[in-house]
Amino acid sequence: MKKIKLFLHVIGQGFANVFRNKWYSLASVATISLCLFVFGACYAIVANVQNMVMTAEEGVSLTVFFHSEGDMCETHEEGQVPDEQWVVEFQKEINARPEVLSSDFISDDQAWEEFGKNYFGDDFEDYAVAFPENPLEGDNSYEIFVKEVELQTQVVEWLNTHKEVRKVNYSEVTVDTLSGFNKLLVGGSVAFILILFAVSLFLIGNTVATGISMRSEEINIMKYIGATDFYVRSPFLMEGVLIGLVGAGLSMGLIYGLYGFVLSYVVERFEILSNFLNFLTVNEVFKVLLPGSLIMGMGIGFIGSFIATRKHLRV
Amino acid sequence: MTKKEQMSLEREAFVNENGIIVLDNVSKVYSAGAPALNEVSITIGRGEFVFIVGDSGSGKSTLIKLLLRELKASSGSVTVLGYDMGKLTHRNVPKFRRRIGVVFQDFRLLSDRDVYANVAFAQRVIGVPEEEIKVNVPAILKTMGLAGKYKAKTNQLSGGEQQRVALARALVNRPEILLADEPTGNLDPRNSWEIMALLEEINQQGTTVVVVTHNKEIVNSMCKRVITMNRGVVVSDEEGGFYNEEN
Ligand SMILES: Nc1ncnc2c1ncn2[C@@H]1O[C@H](COP(=O)(O)OP(=O)(O)OP(=O)(O)O)[C@@H](O)[C@H]1O
Ligand SMILES: [Mg+2]
Repeated sequence: MKKIKLFLHVIGQGFANVFRNKWYSLASVATISLCLFVFGACYAIVANVQNMVMTAEEGVSLTVFFHSEGDMCETHEEGQVPDEQWVVEFQKEINARPEVLSSDFISDDQAWEEFGKNYFGDDFEDYAVAFPENPLEGDNSYEIFVKEVELQTQVVEWLNTHKEVRKVNYSEVTVDTLSGFNKLLVGGSVAFILILFAVSLFLIGNTVATGISMRSEEINIMKYIGATDFYVRSPFLMEGVLIGLVGAGLSMGLIYGLYGFVLSYVVERFEILSNFLNFLTVNEVFKVLLPGSLIMGMGIGFIGSFIATRKHLRV
Repeated sequence: MTKKEQMSLEREAFVNENGIIVLDNVSKVYSAGAPALNEVSITIGRGEFVFIVGDSGSGKSTLIKLLLRELKASSGSVTVLGYDMGKLTHRNVPKFRRRIGVVFQDFRLLSDRDVYANVAFAQRVIGVPEEEIKVNVPAILKTMGLAGKYKAKTNQLSGGEQQRVALARALVNRPEILLADEPTGNLDPRNSWEIMALLEEINQQGTTVVVVTHNKEIVNSMCKRVITMNRGVVVSDEEGGFYNEEN
């Protein structure tokens, strides 16, 4: 009962402090909001890019084609066309490479079907009639999945050292650009966020210190009467935590509202993008961002006010 | 018996044997200059009423601060209510102070709150249940002759009334010792006498009372123990004493 009363006292006094000290509190809330807003925006972007990289990486594969007799466009030197045995052995060699996750054999028939589906869509069956023979006859290939995008070039170079290899298909542009962009964004925003953190800490500290000096008379009397350190201090700590929470709440509300807005704008404006880049939903982003921001807001508030009480409240 | 109970009994035994306030060879030196207190030894028994008099700067307020553990002695030992002030940990200071009431010349009331709130404040700080506060505060205000003033803002009261509110606040938690540092310093003779009468009444109900004052007339007519200080030294300590200007 006594504990509950004390807790209520701390919360009540914490709120009272925030309001007693309106303008300072407002400034603190604003900086914390800004800080966490920047953090949240960066997080939302980074999380999306990360997600795209991951989806892209999952699909990162290269396809290796071999010379074949069926290929009429080229003449082949002696030994350039591998026999079936060699092709089977070669897959073992591929799989033995440390960069390689797995590989799939794609027969010429499969390749034709896939190609056709991509080009003609559902009407493929109708068109296929026009090609009684597989136009890709003999065009067997391996689809190779690498462990990381960065390893792709190495594998390509290795594959190209074999004379039996006709060509290697791969794409790396998107993935590389995305990861590069992510690194840049994280680096830049971390610096900015750190500065904002410091400013918020300073402002909260000042807000609480002002509150302490405004109430120094009362604090003095409390000490004579026999108030515990906890009783004197905790309202100020609560003040800091409340400011941090309100700031976090505001910034999260703002991001929640803006996220959907920006997303629909991007999707609408760059329709092509959205076909192969999939964005995270607000809820997916907030699953981590919301608790993270609230905890950070409270943390900044607590640390700022803790330092202030340490400095200005020698009990 | 728990360790706490045992220590409490030991303190009680110390008080009964030696006194509720015991200063033994106490000196207090502020950062620079001559000591504010110089090898002072004073013993005050439970239930006594003591005046401390002396010129400005003789160390009276310093003495009060040592008794509240607001300051620590530079040397010697101060024991109040059986607590050794040199060994009292920061953590235990609140518990100790709850057994002491204190009033000052400048009242130190919360001017933005009414009389009732100022007194109730003292009880809330130490966690007294609200139902008890509702009984205790009116009772003490009545004793202090403030029955009709619950709702008045303290800055609208006369000096005498303000000091009575401060007294009510100091006494509502039923302290065993009441320390008063020039409680009548800002009051006219009539109000000064009223406050002194209240202090005497409190003392008669069993509270040990220590009053620092410059009021010669009152000291000389109340016939109490008078400790006279001069430049940090106790120059006289007499039962039924007088305020001697020669000291
Ligand atoms: N915080 C302090 N720092 C340095 N010196 C101090 C401090 N407080 C008091 N002193 C000095 O200690 C001496 C005793 O001061 P104290 O306040 O105890 O005197 P007092 O007897 O209460 O005087 P008064 O009757 O004027 O209130 C004085 O010389 C004073 O200047
Ligand atoms: Mg003084």
